[in-house]
Amino acid sequence: MSAPAPGRGQTGRKMRDALLAGGPLARHEGPYFGDFGGRFVPEALIGALDELETHYRKALADPAFSDELERLHRTYTGRPSPITEVPRFARHVGEGVRVFLKREDLNHTGSHKINNVLGQALLVKRMGKHRVIAETGAGQHGVATATAAALLDLECVVYMGEEDTQRQALNVARMELLGATVVPVTIGARTLKDAINEALRDWVANVETTHYMLGTVTGPHPFPEMVRDFHRVIGDEARAQMLDETGALPDAVVACVGGGSNAMGIFNAFLDDPQVRLFGFEAGGEGIASGRHSARFSGGAPGVLHGARSYLLQDEDGQTLPSHSVSAGLDYPSVGPEHAWLHETGRAQYRPVTDDEAMQAFRLLCRTEGIIPAIESAHALAGAIKLGAEAATWAQDGREPVLLVNLSGRGDKDVATAAAWFGLIEPEPVLKADEGEQL
Amino acid sequence: MSVTDVRSATGEKLAELAAGPAPRAALIGYLPVGFPSVPGSARAVRTMVEAGVDIVELGVPYTDPVMDGPVIQAAANHALAHGTRVPDTLRVAEQVADAGAPVLVMTYWNLVLRYGVDAFARDLAAAGGAGLITPDLIPDEGGEWIAAADAHGLDRVFLVAPSSTPERLASTVAASRGFVYAASTMGVTGERATVGERAEQLVADTRAAGASRVCVGLGVSRPEQAAQVAGYADGVIVGSALVRPLLEATDESAGLDALAAVVGGLAEGVRSASRNPR
Repeated sequence: MSAPAPGRGQTGRKMRDALLAGGPLARHEGPYFGDFGGRFVPEALIGALDELETHYRKALADPAFSDELERLHRTYTGRPSPITEVPRFARHVGEGVRVFLKREDLNHTGSHKINNVLGQALLVKRMGKHRVIAETGAGQHGVATATAAALLDLECVVYMGEEDTQRQALNVARMELLGATVVPVTIGARTLKDAINEALRDWVANVETTHYMLGTVTGPHPFPEMVRDFHRVIGDEARAQMLDETGALPDAVVACVGGGSNAMGIFNAFLDDPQVRLFGFEAGGEGIASGRHSARFSGGAPGVLHGARSYLLQDEDGQTLPSHSVSAGLDYPSVGPEHAWLHETGRAQYRPVTDDEAMQAFRLLCRTEGIIPAIESAHALAGAIKLGAEAATWAQDGREPVLLVNLSGRGDKDVATAAAWFGLIEPEPVLKADEGEQL
Repeated sequence: MSVTDVRSATGEKLAELAAGPAPRAALIGYLPVGFPSVPGSARAVRTMVEAGVDIVELGVPYTDPVMDGPVIQAAANHALAHGTRVPDTLRVAEQVADAGAPVLVMTYWNLVLRYGVDAFARDLAAAGGAGLITPDLIPDEGGEWIAAADAHGLDRVFLVAPSSTPERLASTVAASRGFVYAASTMGVTGERATVGERAEQLVADTRAAGASRVCVGLGVSRPEQAAQVAGYADGVIVGSALVRPLLEATDESAGLDALAAVVGGLAEGVRSASRNPR
């Protein structure tokens, strides 16, 4: 690690120190998280992954990098994002339970995804590449990537399952307005996993000029570790904010888990505080028994997909099973390997939330607090409600139990889905995979 | 690790072709199991061996084949949609084991993990299979497979790419048995107008890293390309160009005829190659 260059901003050094600080769990490095993680990718990509890791480690140790990232977060993203106590919502969680939201929904582009893409885009400039590709489900990561690409003058191609381009038509337009090319993926189940397949194929063919801006804590090493580190800012801020507001750490931290980047980002700051319970809520879809869900920990098993060993929805042959969720951003058959590790070690608990529970929580937050959450984040809110009775038992020394919920994104993109769900408008026709083509 | 106490079926075949009266490279043909049907894929394999394929590469259909282009994806999707299962690969391997060509299985790794790495190796060996080609398993992650391949006497074909560093070439060569699969280009399977110009350099670099046999795949589809590659490599691997006639045929028998014609042309190409001195 080189000494900070003279004349660098204090804030940049603070962010670098935060990135380098933390206990042993928080700073755990890849490629393996227990039995999970690794690099299950074609040899052709290994050189690019090594290059990425080298540049990432150099950047971490370079104050100029953290200065620039911190400046962008302060002047462009709008960080720090506030925490908001939501007492009217909390009444539905449990008597005497306090609930705080970490407001990633207030970031530029409307979700936590911007944290990661700005970090990776700065790395792309350092690597001398000029083209970025990305996958997107809900469109949040695609929009964030297109935004960073516009800001830093990078060519941008976003792969998006055809079904998702229809569910999230507004986000497609948003990406195109930002100058990105959106490629609808028409093979397989036409959702996020198929978009990742296409992005990986593009990357293998164009790796010399192109960086794959992977949007979550999945994929081959170093992505799970690097993306987590770029999202650590969520937890680092929230930890300090909770201490300021309540004088103590929260009793539990709650997040939704698709690939798991927002959850990893907020969990990270609390991993080494064993008294803080960590809860990840997966998309239970129409219920685990229905088979139509994205609950990898409740309905999956360890396996390899998209470069990492983790928990996976798969059939008895190891073929990937289609996932389902009302929320495009949680509709993914695997999950970040660090989550698999936290699950196996028991450090975090993962539970399913159904489509219906999530939508009820969505409406509840709208009506009690005037905040329209992303449907993804509504899974965390529903999870908080389900934790209510349990939370009441956590009170100690006369202090009310405190939940910190990561509100990972805002719901503007979901208004049409929600309006159709609650019968406010006629449902839009949604493209389905042909029968027998749920591959 | 040059394992000499385990026989290598593909290595022996390649050595035999290189030492014959008319030394030449091998033609290695890929077809996916279950396309157009499970029994149909066994017939297609026999057809391509009779038409001149020296080593068979049986593909296991997978839902997320990130190293495959549109032609092989289409065939794999068809196979899965029509109920092809992983054990069908072992059955087809067994059915074609006596066709006169060693049978390698090319598979994405999760399918083997799910079956059980040692169990898959044991059952493949029992079926008469020669080994595995593993497009998304690098030797660094392959400890369990490397041990299972030794235990059951199977070949381990790992891939190298134009982007592989000298260090990675050396470690991949050391972990491989049978031959090393050199990806001719940075990309996925599919037919291309030209074979990557880096292929010849990659073969030379892989030999320099200690490989005794290097075969080239990705993008080879025409007789003249086969001839060109056969001039410098130990084997020419063809996939999409063999799947396409089956995909485009109106019925199975027409598909097999078209397949035989394509293989015949490629085999001719391989035999016509002027071999570079090693």
